[in-house]
Amino acid sequence: MQIFHRSANTIARVSIFGALFFIAAVIGLLYQIDRSPWMTQEHVSREQPIQFSHERHVAGNGIDCRYCHTSVEDSAVAGIPPTKTCMNCHSQIFSTSPFLEPVRESFRSDKSIRWTRVHDLPDFTYFNHSIHVNKGVGCATCHGPVDKMPLMRKAASLQMAWCLDCHRHPERYVRPREAVFDMNYLPPPNQLELGTRLVADYHIKKLTDCSTCHR
Amino acid sequence: MTERRHEGHGVVDGAASSPVIAPGYTFGSVTDKISSIVLTRGASHGWWLGFLVAFLLANMLFVSLGYLVLKGIGIWGNNQPVAWAFDITNFVWWIGIGHAGTLISAILLLLKQTWRTSINRFAEAMTLFAVACAGIFPLFHTGRPWLAYWMLPIPNTMSVWPQFRSPLIWDVFAVSTYATVSLLFWFVGLVPDLATLRDRSESKIGRVVYGVFALGWRGSARHWQRYDMAYLLLAGLATPLVVSVHTIVSFDFAVAQLPGWHATIFPPYFVAGAIYSGFAMVLTLAIPIRAVYGLEDFITSRHLQNMAKILLVTGLIVAYGYTIEAFMAWYSANTYEEFMMANRMTGPYGFAYWLLILCNVVTPQLLWFRRIRSSVVPLFVISLIVNVGMWLERFVIIVTSLHRDFLPSSWGRYAPTIWDISTYVGTIGLFLALLFLFLRFLPMISIFEMRTILPQAKVKE
Amino acid sequence: MKPTNAPEFWRTLAEHDGADLHELVGDEFASRLPAPPDAVERRSFLKLMGASMAMAGMAGCTRQPPEQIVPYVRQPEEIIPGRPLYYATAMTLGGRASGLLVESHEGRPTKVEGNPLHPASLGATDVFAQGAVLDLYDPDRMQTLTYLGDIRPWSAFLGAMRAIATSAQGAKGAGLRFLTESICSPTLAAQMDELLAHFPSAVWHQWDSAADLNAAAGARLAFGSDASIRYAVDRAAVVVCLDADLLSYGAGHLAYARQFATRRRPENAGIRLYAAESMPSSTGARADHRLPTRASQIEALARQLAADLGVAGVGRAEGLAQETHAWLRAVLNDLNAHRGSSLVVAGEGQPPVVHALAHAMNGALGNAGQTVFYADPIEAHPADQMQSMRDLTGAMNAGQVQALVIISGNPVYTAPADLKFADAMNKVAVRVHLSLHADETSALCHWQVPQAHFLESWSDARAFDGTASIVQPLIAPLYGGRSAHELLAAFSDRPEATAYAVVRQFWQKRHGGADFENFWRQSVHDGVIPDSAMAPRAVSVRTAVFAAAAQVPASGLDVSFRNDPTIYDGRFANNAWLQELPKPLTHLTWDNAVLVSPAMLSRLGGSATPAMTGGERGQIKAPIVEVTYRGRSIRGAMFPVAGHPDQAMTLHLGYGRTRVGHVGTDRGFNANAIRTSDAWSFGTGATVVLTGETFSLACTQYHQLMEGRDLIHVVDRGTMDDRRSTIDELPWMFPAVEYTGYKWGMAIDLNACTGCNACVISCQAENNIPVVGKAEVLRGREMHWLRVDTYHAGPAENPDTYFQPVPCMHCENAPCEIVCPVGATVHSHEGLNDMVYNRCVGTRYCSNNSPYKVRRFNYFLYQDWETPSLQLQRNPDVTVRSRGVMEKCTYCVQRINEAKIDAEKEDRPVRDGEIQTACQSVCPTEAIVFGDIGDPNSRVSKLKGESRDYALLHDLNTKPRTTYLATISDRHPDLDKSK
Repeated sequence: MQIFHRSANTIARVSIFGALFFIAAVIGLLYQIDRSPWMTQEHVSREQPIQFSHERHVAGNGIDCRYCHTSVEDSAVAGIPPTKTCMNCHSQIFSTSPFLEPVRESFRSDKSIRWTRVHDLPDFTYFNHSIHVNKGVGCATCHGPVDKMPLMRKAASLQMAWCLDCHRHPERYVRPREAVFDMNYLPPPNQLELGTRLVADYHIKKLTDCSTCHR
Repeated sequence: MTERRHEGHGVVDGAASSPVIAPGYTFGSVTDKISSIVLTRGASHGWWLGFLVAFLLANMLFVSLGYLVLKGIGIWGNNQPVAWAFDITNFVWWIGIGHAGTLISAILLLLKQTWRTSINRFAEAMTLFAVACAGIFPLFHTGRPWLAYWMLPIPNTMSVWPQFRSPLIWDVFAVSTYATVSLLFWFVGLVPDLATLRDRSESKIGRVVYGVFALGWRGSARHWQRYDMAYLLLAGLATPLVVSVHTIVSFDFAVAQLPGWHATIFPPYFVAGAIYSGFAMVLTLAIPIRAVYGLEDFITSRHLQNMAKILLVTGLIVAYGYTIEAFMAWYSANTYEEFMMANRMTGPYGFAYWLLILCNVVTPQLLWFRRIRSSVVPLFVISLIVNVGMWLERFVIIVTSLHRDFLPSSWGRYAPTIWDISTYVGTIGLFLALLFLFLRFLPMISIFEMRTILPQAKVKE
Repeated sequence: MKPTNAPEFWRTLAEHDGADLHELVGDEFASRLPAPPDAVERRSFLKLMGASMAMAGMAGCTRQPPEQIVPYVRQPEEIIPGRPLYYATAMTLGGRASGLLVESHEGRPTKVEGNPLHPASLGATDVFAQGAVLDLYDPDRMQTLTYLGDIRPWSAFLGAMRAIATSAQGAKGAGLRFLTESICSPTLAAQMDELLAHFPSAVWHQWDSAADLNAAAGARLAFGSDASIRYAVDRAAVVVCLDADLLSYGAGHLAYARQFATRRRPENAGIRLYAAESMPSSTGARADHRLPTRASQIEALARQLAADLGVAGVGRAEGLAQETHAWLRAVLNDLNAHRGSSLVVAGEGQPPVVHALAHAMNGALGNAGQTVFYADPIEAHPADQMQSMRDLTGAMNAGQVQALVIISGNPVYTAPADLKFADAMNKVAVRVHLSLHADETSALCHWQVPQAHFLESWSDARAFDGTASIVQPLIAPLYGGRSAHELLAAFSDRPEATAYAVVRQFWQKRHGGADFENFWRQSVHDGVIPDSAMAPRAVSVRTAVFAAAAQVPASGLDVSFRNDPTIYDGRFANNAWLQELPKPLTHLTWDNAVLVSPAMLSRLGGSATPAMTGGERGQIKAPIVEVTYRGRSIRGAMFPVAGHPDQAMTLHLGYGRTRVGHVGTDRGFNANAIRTSDAWSFGTGATVVLTGETFSLACTQYHQLMEGRDLIHVVDRGTMDDRRSTIDELPWMFPAVEYTGYKWGMAIDLNACTGCNACVISCQAENNIPVVGKAEVLRGREMHWLRVDTYHAGPAENPDTYFQPVPCMHCENAPCEIVCPVGATVHSHEGLNDMVYNRCVGTRYCSNNSPYKVRRFNYFLYQDWETPSLQLQRNPDVTVRSRGVMEKCTYCVQRINEAKIDAEKEDRPVRDGEIQTACQSVCPTEAIVFGDIGDPNSRVSKLKGESRDYALLHDLNTKPRTTYLATISDRHPDLDKSK
């Protein structure tokens, strides 16, 4: 007596091999998801209390990064400007613009503006802006062309592998100190050669010890 | 095939005292007897009772593990300095038990020991279930089990790899490989019997289910020829694993530098111990099973006696291990080693040590007597005692070494909590539950291999 | 610590709507509001959100939970976000100030360091100062001003006080009484004077259970006038302590310990220490010759010594034991050999006459002006506090007191039992209590006024040598607390005056001058007011007072009372850090005990045995005894202490609190219950019986024998034998690592360590180390990264005692690293043994393989993720560990990295001493030195170069970066046990 239809043979073979491919596919998918913007929030603009445009302020008005991010050269954190900084100009310019009401409100009520974090490292990771800036890592190297971002977004995954890439091969990324805050700086064709020289000049160490960032 | 028939026969009327299968059986009757357990007899009340109890215990395990993941390792008694205790003890114990199966199937197969045929099937099943239980502990004893996958070399966004110098990583590979190979070995061995069940099954579902897993086995010469090839290859593959797995498990301790762990004797001594406990467990299971299902004709006194002998031999090796441990402690003239041994014998956990000596060294000496070896009840009792003893061995090695090591300021003690115990007992429940299912739905003895050792299987070319 | 949650509060308040005081007494929560829900937000700046910390650590590749950035609206210009600021301030204990530098992150004080400019600190702190920052954020602090349990605004309180003042005005303030602690704050004293000028008939009482009552009385007895005493230990070649814990108790102990350690260094002159004491102390442990002596026998001993030294009017004592005489001979011989360069110190645990004898002896030896100095009292108005307390209770019982204003302190709990202070107090019509916690005293007071923590308010205070400091706040009062200055101002003509105004005005008046602004800024900045120390003055001892014959030691049991080493007189009882901090020598946590000699315990038929759970490093089953003294009795667990004299019991105070908070309430037993005014520090004739019950004590190191293992090296000062030759190079299977660049290492000088445990709690504060609670300590799971092991050698009656701080050794061949399956603990290129919490999966294998057992595992979620105020305390530069990960000493890698980054930015190498680990910076004796061992000129390299240097368990070839310097023994030839 025949229990199975003859197609069962094919089905059996297919399913055996199919299983292998399926598993492979799943693994591949996970691998991709892990790196996807969905996971890293890369290139994703966040909702902010104020539609602040870096493009407008940096490219448009040519304001230097350090005007707002005051502590970037001497502290771990670059520093988010206090409302006061906004008001320096906006008490005069667009002082009635409805878009800026939250700023004025904050200034009046002495309540902080609550920005949504865009570049958010895990709390067990300790990144120090000042040392990177002092060693010739440009703002744009990690933050991307901020001057072309109407709304702030991450330009890099900020995943550990990404960090390590530079920590292992700084010569590929470093630039002269004077160009650190230059948004229009383009790596020269001889970047490797230049980079190698800078690494030497700036005494840049290839720090890959865990405790460099985790403590 | 013919090859093995000859061999099988050869052994049957060899020097052996009693036959590996009682006289008067035909191909048919063998098949009937074994397959009927699965197909016709149905589940007895005893089975239901046993299964239910085991099943409940298994659920206790799941509850315990759930609570563990919820609250943390703290629900166990582990502490500083005793950071490993019941968890790893149980792991090593189960892994050890998991040895007999493959040993019997693979090594005895290669050694052409035909008497293995009637016990290898459920010995292998036992192995799988034991390894399954064992696997639970290394996973759940970690503080953050949901990250245990970091122990696998998977390319990741952190671009970091496991630390390959760590014995725990070797463990991961050894155990998982062992589990995989054992599973394949067991399944391949099952295929012809699954086909038999498929053909004999009354119910449609039975036919389909068994059919699916029988992979369209028709028993053609080509099938048999390939089957033998595959089975032999797997046997060859499995054989080194039997030795490697527990060797590597022993490295977990031997590689560490803790007095009581850091010993070169560990690999052989652990492997022997594993086989020891494995066979003890086979006996513990085989004796009641053959009685309940009336399989005395298939699992004959001959089998029991052979296993008893192995028990005696491995028992003696283990005893040698204990002696050497003590000797080295004295011979090394190392303060810490000496103290460790003294503490092991006379410290707060001395009772465990002497109990273990009683169970693993003293008791098995009874097996020198043929009377004991050939009488079922004492054998059963001894096998149980050995199981207990082997658990104690691991407990003693782990806890007594940890609780008083180098700096007296860090000396402490360990006592299990209710959760330690429920987890341990739970795994026993899981083990039995799986076993009951196996007995109910699969032929516990290889039908076709039994047929090959019948006298009439001896055909003339 | 769980926060007080709102629902509970409202329920209780509703119940107590209009309830009278006595109903309230029973209720924990009556006068407490939950922290304002936005308490965090208001102060939360860039990196505060500790709660989200390490949540991401749960998994390697989780999506980040969206976080917010909350910048300032107007940023104070001195603040650079992400960089801490340090402010000088001072903490008082027993009235005496000790200078501090407090680290502040965006306005949150997170860590206390010592103020190097302050004479009582010299850069070090004691354990209490370290705990202060946790006290500040204690969610159990009194949080609202209440009257009979109902919330009242400050204005209402002022109104009520005005009313009292005006009504008292008529009678010139008669019936108005103030009870304060010892007041060494010039400003507060001035306010008091002003007040008393205003109300001539009002009375100011002082009671401070943390103050040195006996020392003060001793000075009065000896000189006929109040005087403060200070020592120059560094000028003494021989020091004799009569039941005095010179090195770890009392106002000046940090300075004295530093001087002692410095002089004891091999290259310096050396200092031989004799100690006759009852309860084994750090001083006794460090002494070259310790003589266990019952507290009641010290006087006889002192008289004998004084007589031998030729102090006039002192009769020789009778019935001293043989070994006592031997000991005394050696002491005498040494003292005579070092006239003018020796020192005799009497302990606070001894009656005034012993102090007087000590002064007389120092006089006879010509030490006055050499090693011991006398000056005007530190208190503006020194008082015989015991008498003051008697007067107050008398007056209250007599119904002469209409209003009692208690300014800090907890008299109901600390007052001598025989005064029945609580009953007397209840006869007063209006009771006001200014207090940090709603404690036993507040419970009986109508007005419960939350006090501002010293880190929240302006004040000033004098140190043990009189040096004045400005106490400046680091944060606005978290719970609307008020300072004593503001409370007193309520009775003045400017009730609304702020503490800042009061203090500043006082000094303006005092200093005057045009440059006051600079003076003020400088003083506040430095934390000390230039040359404000008391000038030494000559004194003469009235030897007549010794005429009374030597008080013959009464037969029967001694019972002595001591402030607890970690929670003191109970004022720190709700501080979880201090509760869990192992007490020196006994290593007990979370409880006090009836401390006796092992012999006495066994003679009573009791025994303390390790339980199977936790065992020697956790749970000790101790017999509960009943101690009866003069008809009063208490029950407590009895615990053996090696070196404790026989026939004597020592009880630590501060426990058995009934109302203080979730941490401190109902722990241990209240020794005050049998402490009477006439047997203040000890009494003889107590009885003790076993009750048959047992109690589980949480002890972190019960086993204090070395088991013949080579753990502590001792060298003789004479020979200084070198033992390094015995250490040989051992093979190692992995390729040797070449260290280029920094090589971090540590040297711990066992010859300097006094076992005070400041390093342990400093490490806890710096590294966000959680408190696990008694139940977990009982299981042997406490989390301290650094422990001070205590070992004994010799007979249990009088053993030699050694302290050994054990942090992670940062082995070059680290056993823990090899076994970690995921590489969560790995070696850095600078030789650090990095522990990567976020990589750890928690197999605990590393701990098993660590021969030093310095790793700690988070068996549960020990960190408090909920309580907002506790999140404020956390150090933002250190990951807050979550459940299931291993942790351990990192050599304060956050400090290393910060220093390295600063150095890199200036393109220079890190300077030696630029990096101080948390344990190092607070150590009073500089026993711990950290630095670059690659630099031959660094301090640590020089120390490691000494012949005393040795590695713990070196034969395991772990090559620890942390090594020890052998302790030096300097025995008197006649008493040398080894001979």
